[in-house]
Amino acid sequence: MAETLRFHYEVDGNNFTSAGAASVEVKRKLRQLGFDAETIRRVSIAMYEGEINMVVHARGGSADVYVDKDCITIILADRGPGIPDISLAMQEGYSTAPDNIRALGFGAGMGLPNMKRYTDEMKIETVLGKGTTVTIKVYTNGANKL
Amino acid sequence: MKIREIASLLGADVLCGESQLDEEVQSACGSDMMSDVLAFVKDQGVLITGLVNPQVIRTAMMMDMHCVVFVRSKRPTAEMLELAKEHHIAVLASCSRMYEACGKLYASGLGSEACANG
Ligand SMILES: Nc1ncnc2c1ncn2[C@@H]1O[C@H](COP(=O)(O)OP(=O)(O)O)[C@@H](O)[C@H]1O
Ligand SMILES: [Mg+2]
Repeated sequence: MAETLRFHYEVDGNNFTSAGAASVEVKRKLRQLGFDAETIRRVSIAMYEGEINMVVHARGGSADVYVDKDCITIILADRGPGIPDISLAMQEGYSTAPDNIRALGFGAGMGLPNMKRYTDEMKIETVLGKGTTVTIKVYTNGANKL
Repeated sequence: MKIREIASLLGADVLCGESQLDEEVQSACGSDMMSDVLAFVKDQGVLITGLVNPQVIRTAMMMDMHCVVFVRSKRPTAEMLELAKEHHIAVLASCSRMYEACGKLYASGLGSEACANG
């Protein structure tokens, strides 16, 4: 494919109910583009956790998705509080989510570890008080219609 | 196991997805924590949960699951059922508790693939 496809989404920080809608949309697009089920699942689960994190921890943000033949890149950017200790945040089970979020089924401290598990590359850039940008990449096996 | 058998083993009401009752599912996962569900994928067809909000349906969608079973007499909202229908996910509701529902299905041969991963 000559050109990279690019999709942009705003993620509403005031609406837990709609969190994940962008990931659903990306999943649908990747299906249309003919990527294999495993690749689509990895991309959409990682993006979904990232979207939920922006809503729960950072009052929302934006998601930019770049689709190439061999690689899908997602940049999740927010202007939230930032992450004071990234290695701590990456630990399975570590969570600062409040009880009301746990009651909604999130806040098990598995989101960032899940994102790492399902992607080939993950980079977290964060500045306290300014925001966080998480970049994830999944390499495809080339089996798609692009 | 067919979704139909799950419904009958659990005495569950079929809230949507009537036309999918003959679909076969290979394994299941029971949890109220969606990130735990998202952590252990491997073609799990059924999500059993006592949690009721739209993220349950989205989690099932992300995992390519075919069926969600609500336990403890929990009833999903109309909005959740719309989302499920749109994405071809059958929704069942049972008055069993989580432990009992999982136990019945497991004993009847519906395994979990989570162990391979976790
Ligand atoms: N976008 C973000 N902005 C600020 N803090 C974040 C963000 N994403 C994650 N965190 C921090 O990292 C912790 C671990 O994240 P995660 O593994 O997704 O677990 P959970 O979301 O269940 O708490 C969170 O509890 C939070 O403190
Ligand atoms: Mg999270």
